[in-house]
Amino acid sequence: MGNPMKIRAASKDGVTDVKVLMSHEMETGFRKDASGATIPAWFIAEITAKLNDKVVMQSQWGPSVSKNPFLAFKIKGGQKGDKVVISWVDNKGDTRTDEATVT
Amino acid sequence: MKSTMKSIVFAASLVCASGIAFAADKSWGSGADDVAFQAMLKSGFREKGIAKLTRLDQDATQAFCSDPQLVASKDGAAMAAKIEAENMKTVKWPTDGVWLGSHAAGEALAQSGRGLTSTDTADTPNGGNCYNCHQISKKEISYGTIGPSLYNYGKNRGNGEDALRYAWAKIYNAKASNACSNMPRAGHMGIINEKQIKDLMALLFDPASPVNQ
Amino acid sequence: MMKQPQVIGAVLALIGFAAFTGVIRAEGDNSIESIEKYREALRDGNPAELYEAQGEELWKKKAGPKNASLEACDLGLGAGVTAGAYAQMPRYFKDTDRVQDAESRLLTCMSTLQGIDTAKYVAAAWASPEKDELNALVTFISGESKGVKVTMALDHPKTKVMYELGKRMFYYQGGTHDFSCASCHAQEGMRIRLQELPYLPSQKGAGVAWTSWPAYRVSAGQMWGMQWRLADCFRQQRFPEPIYASDVTVALSTYLAATAAGATMDTPGIKR
Repeated sequence: MGNPMKIRAASKDGVTDVKVLMSHEMETGFRKDASGATIPAWFIAEITAKLNDKVVMQSQWGPSVSKNPFLAFKIKGGQKGDKVVISWVDNKGDTRTDEATVT
Repeated sequence: MKSTMKSIVFAASLVCASGIAFAADKSWGSGADDVAFQAMLKSGFREKGIAKLTRLDQDATQAFCSDPQLVASKDGAAMAAKIEAENMKTVKWPTDGVWLGSHAAGEALAQSGRGLTSTDTADTPNGGNCYNCHQISKKEISYGTIGPSLYNYGKNRGNGEDALRYAWAKIYNAKASNACSNMPRAGHMGIINEKQIKDLMALLFDPASPVNQ
Repeated sequence: MMKQPQVIGAVLALIGFAAFTGVIRAEGDNSIESIEKYREALRDGNPAELYEAQGEELWKKKAGPKNASLEACDLGLGAGVTAGAYAQMPRYFKDTDRVQDAESRLLTCMSTLQGIDTAKYVAAAWASPEKDELNALVTFISGESKGVKVTMALDHPKTKVMYELGKRMFYYQGGTHDFSCASCHAQEGMRIRLQELPYLPSQKGAGVAWTSWPAYRVSAGQMWGMQWRLADCFRQQRFPEPIYASDVTVALSTYLAATAAGATMDTPGIKR
């Protein structure tokens, strides 16, 4: 269970603007530590976004996304009071889900 | 050039030799007198890596220039002249009389800001820190403005003896020509060695150097 | 800086020279513009908010031998009052008879309220679990002063002394490179490489600096409080390391904050 995400979702003129700040090290697997050993890759691999119960976005990420990623996207539709649910799975199998109410 | 403590010990010995008395206490507000300040200083730092507590000890130049009121006072000009003269005495000219080295090596040295920090080791090659403060070649746009631009340095001055001597002394000990210059005393403090100074000289003066294109 | 007659000729040559390079300086300025745009884009999703949330959790979490939270900690506005407290620090505290900045005060509260031995927090490396906690806490506290004007109570004699000591420290040259804070921060309109340097002896410059830290440093992926910021300045100055929350650091912060008085806190910030 990773660290909590911060999700903001606001609806205006039929479009819901979603902004997500995720807490994750996003280690590329190319860096070496002080002793010269490679730091293992550790990154968010898949993201799923749902508006209420409907999946509206899926995304596959790789090690090129940097630490504490910020994700912003728009959903066609959605209104105040709806639920936005964001889930991620990383390459180690750890997962995190958070939700927010659309304002 | 590997860091050496020899020049720093030598520099510290200038404190005793200078004979300049400082009225530092008068320059600062109530409570910030020498005794109180030194107590705060000594108890406020810990040594880390190669950065020892002796780095907090000042030589005559540093003590003078740490006091802007003293520097600006009516005695300041005379004191500054004395400081410059003493720093000038430390300048070591090239041992073989050759002024210029490799401008490519000079550019690499000017780009590096490494060395002598608390996270460096004694083996870390020291850089010249030059681009932090100066524009140098036209191609490098990531340059600082704390010091004047050095672009076209040699082209504008020519390679006469006077220009070469002035620049060499400036790099070796910047305080020889300006008592409270912001520029480090690269040669005198053992930051870079003679070969490296020649490389920086080539960067500035060699007609083939990117600086003079 | 005093200049002697024999070098005035060289100075005039350099001034004329600087005017000639006006065209080349414009290239650097375009880079500054692009960097400003990048900074604007960064502000939207500031990872500092993650640290703020962590800090708030730590503030409320029962910890230490006394199994207590920090919720009774007095940051100068009364026990547990976090709103606006950072904007009035450093300040004098009667219970410790000392002037303290936010990070120093956090140590006091961890010790007195929670019974934690803070020596290892002080000694721990910058990127350690102990310092992570302190960085998260100070980020949270600073966020509680977002939008609040900096006001400094300089009436207590100890605060005045710390201000003067901080000012003297600002100009103190040392180390292999003769650097003081003033070497970079006591001239208007300067930059180191492409990083602009605020002129700290003025209200405007000190305001820019004091109100933007703690900040998330994108290039390092790290959350820095002012203690870390000061320590890294000293590292670049080739000084030994300042002891965490020592009087040297609090004195400098007192000088900065007092000079910045009237500016509005914009913390936690975000930096390149």
